[in-house]
Amino acid sequence: MNAMIIRKSPSLRYSDVTPKQIYLSRRGFLAAGSVVLASPFTALADTKLTPASKSPLSTDEKITPLELATHYNNYYEFGTGKEDPGKNAPGKLERVRPWTVSVEGEISKPRTLDLDEVMKIAPLEERIYRHRCVERWSMVFPWIGFPLSALLKQFEPTGKAKYVAFQSYHDSKTELGSFAAGIDFPYVEGLRMDEAMHPLTLLVVGMYGETLPDQNGAPLRLAVPWKYGYKSIKSIVKIKFVEKEPPTTWNRAASNEYGFYSNVNPEVDHPRWSQAKERRLPDLLPRNTIKFNGYGDQVASLYTGMDLRKNH
Amino acid sequence: MHQNRTLTDGGWKSRAVIKKILLSRWTKALLFAACLIPLLNLGWRAWNQDLTANPIEYITHKTGDWTIRFLMITLTVTPLRLLLHEPQLVRFRRMLGLFAFFYASLHFSVWFCLDKFFDFSEMGKDILKRPFITIGMAALLMLIPLAVTSTNGWVRRLGYKRWQRLHRLVYLIALLGVIHYYWLVKSDVRLPLMYGAIWAVLMVPRGVEWLRKRSRSTATVAG
Repeated sequence: MNAMIIRKSPSLRYSDVTPKQIYLSRRGFLAAGSVVLASPFTALADTKLTPASKSPLSTDEKITPLELATHYNNYYEFGTGKEDPGKNAPGKLERVRPWTVSVEGEISKPRTLDLDEVMKIAPLEERIYRHRCVERWSMVFPWIGFPLSALLKQFEPTGKAKYVAFQSYHDSKTELGSFAAGIDFPYVEGLRMDEAMHPLTLLVVGMYGETLPDQNGAPLRLAVPWKYGYKSIKSIVKIKFVEKEPPTTWNRAASNEYGFYSNVNPEVDHPRWSQAKERRLPDLLPRNTIKFNGYGDQVASLYTGMDLRKNH
Repeated sequence: MHQNRTLTDGGWKSRAVIKKILLSRWTKALLFAACLIPLLNLGWRAWNQDLTANPIEYITHKTGDWTIRFLMITLTVTPLRLLLHEPQLVRFRRMLGLFAFFYASLHFSVWFCLDKFFDFSEMGKDILKRPFITIGMAALLMLIPLAVTSTNGWVRRLGYKRWQRLHRLVYLIALLGVIHYYWLVKSDVRLPLMYGAIWAVLMVPRGVEWLRKRSRSTATVAG
């Protein structure tokens, strides 16, 4: 708040190039919504986040312009067009306070965490990750968050905990219904325990130096950079330790097209298109897709001996 | 042609005005200009760098949208003509059909040049391996003979009956277009289903006509 008066950093912030409209629509809502003002989290809504550290796991590739990152999204709860979430989402998730995450399943003490508690689990860091969509476009996001493992380690899993299942927020009154979107809501995803515990798997609370915009999955999402984008579930409200491979939304919608693992793999085609290339937005020319989205050194060993075509 | 109806003077007058409008050279020119609006819109957006984050996908989708729309509009001409008792409407059918071909060609060109980058082997693989591309390609190829034989000269050369039989291929082409769209979308099938429904409705008068002709011919045989 004092940043307006005391300008510590003379450099250009990401928000300086953010289209006014986003901010106006949020501010307008903040002004109108007493619910939001009453929330203890108000101070964090649409404010700067200062990550404690940069990460050696970051790529040095060019970061996608914020305008694109917030206006070209797949978030079917807010519309199936890529431009829809940027128009429909702002303000909708922000008003859901208090935001709680229920952690349950094969653990000794199930518990519901408030967003403030989640934010305090581990120091925030910035991770600049490649993000490869199954639709053959990619971006580079400066995420802010901490390893998901830090949260999972707070719970004592039973011997049966082999996978972690996630569930997104869904409100059929303010969001698109399952029928219109063509996929079941609430959106669900899952990871094998070793994938969930992997240091690259990030629990994200912000991007571009600020809290997450609603269209990017506010207030809490995953970034699993070696998998296709839909694995990085948005707006998480439930985390469940489970014994069996949990159902995942896109796999349920079309199991021949979207597998459980969904590792980025140029050698395994989507039935309707080749995955050999991708377009790094806003580039016009495509570039070659790299196996595991270029994170093979860190994650390939998780899949030793597995047939990645069968387990696509 | 309206012998069985009693029309007021005003009614006849408005009929005459409509007929005059339909026959006017200007109407055709205006419609031609209107059919170019989607292309101009794309040009305008390109100029203003307003083609979304993924311009090639945007242009591909827009030209595809307009291809299927023009196919449906073209198929609407005949039922509308019968419904409104305005045979003059047929003057616009060829132009509308050719615009469908025009946008289909753009759709293909954008895909081949900007998505496949003139890579014939990649294109060939996609056509063989991806069913939605296979039938999209088939539909485009079928449009070519229709575009070529759309002139008055070709109607004469083929004879109207044969020409008409050939051009009924457009029913199948439009259906393939709908399936192409349906197979392309990931999960939200509302729009493809809508085009499918429009296609089905537009086929109803054709079906009725076909049944009537068939029963007439069987009646003749029986008689």
